[in-house]
Amino acid sequence: MTAAEARALIEQRFGVAAGGDGAAIVVTVPPEQWLALGRAAREALGCVYFNFCSAVDWKEEGLEVVARVENLDAGFSLTMKTRLGPGVTTVASLTSLWRGADWMEREAYDMFGIRYEGHPDLRRILLPQDWEGHPLLKAYAVDTPHPPYR
Amino acid sequence: MEVKAPVPQIPPPVWTEFKDLQEWEKYRQSRPEGDKHSALFEAVTEGIYNFPGGFVVTSLADGFLNWARKSSVWPVTFGLACCAIEMMATFASRFDVERLGMVPWASPRHSDLMIVSGTVTIKMAPMLKRIYDQMPDPKWVVSMGSCANSGGPFRHGYHVVKGVDRVVPVDVYVPGCPPPPESLLNGLLILQDQIAHFRKTGKRATPSAKID
Repeated sequence: MTAAEARALIEQRFGVAAGGDGAAIVVTVPPEQWLALGRAAREALGCVYFNFCSAVDWKEEGLEVVARVENLDAGFSLTMKTRLGPGVTTVASLTSLWRGADWMEREAYDMFGIRYEGHPDLRRILLPQDWEGHPLLKAYAVDTPHPPYR
Repeated sequence: MEVKAPVPQIPPPVWTEFKDLQEWEKYRQSRPEGDKHSALFEAVTEGIYNFPGGFVVTSLADGFLNWARKSSVWPVTFGLACCAIEMMATFASRFDVERLGMVPWASPRHSDLMIVSGTVTIKMAPMLKRIYDQMPDPKWVVSMGSCANSGGPFRHGYHVVKGVDRVVPVDVYVPGCPPPPESLLNGLLILQDQIAHFRKTGKRATPSAKID
């Protein structure tokens, strides 16, 4: 499986253009196909290495979930993106495919408030458990008080 | 033919609520104010002080006790961030605070001084307070570096305490980002001068004119 074959396979299966250049493939799918894209990347493309998972807050346009997986043997990476739309915070979890997604999805939940459906243990990982709000959202105000310490 | 990668089976989490800190917070809030000074000891020393000629006794005792205190200030080894590197350099042989009687000690229960070296986050603040509470009286705190003084460059971060004096009372502030060992050494000398001017029963006295 080379990068070009992976590109063709994704375009044939999901009907979206595989962007990016060379060995760095970037695919944007609707949120319903998020888990299907992950399964295809894991099983068909052989991307067994989960690099990172995060999110982008596009303000009025809503959240965008980003995850990057790699096929280390073939030497290409697949950046998976999905736009959740305004007000939506739910997306399918990838923990059933990559165990490494567990803590990263917890971090994305911690910082952005994205609810990963099917995550086995979705709670805060970096901030204290009683924290209010999700600080990396654009709506989170600077200098939000946190009694008794600030 | 496609080779199916094995799908990992993640066991359900075994996690119970970490109640330890919450119970400690409850204990701290229910603890009465002013239990750190012995009222009996204070009354006795007041009596001796007000007795004719008694001030000589208390002054000599204060001088001796303060000399003993300032000659053996043991800082607890409590490093938080990059300031801790400079703190370690201060403890090491080139600057050598042991000649001032300071032995970095790895237990808060034997220590007199806490050098807060680095950024205090909101998650770390209860632990810092707990270490401070574990130290026996009399105890002192040196706030080292911009982060511990005011939050520093991370002041507007969502997780940073804006100065460690919101958590524990601070005796000496050492500015710098990070302060070099000479600066911290100066702060420790100022602290020793403050300790030398303590009054009886551990009340703070006015600092000497040499410092201000």
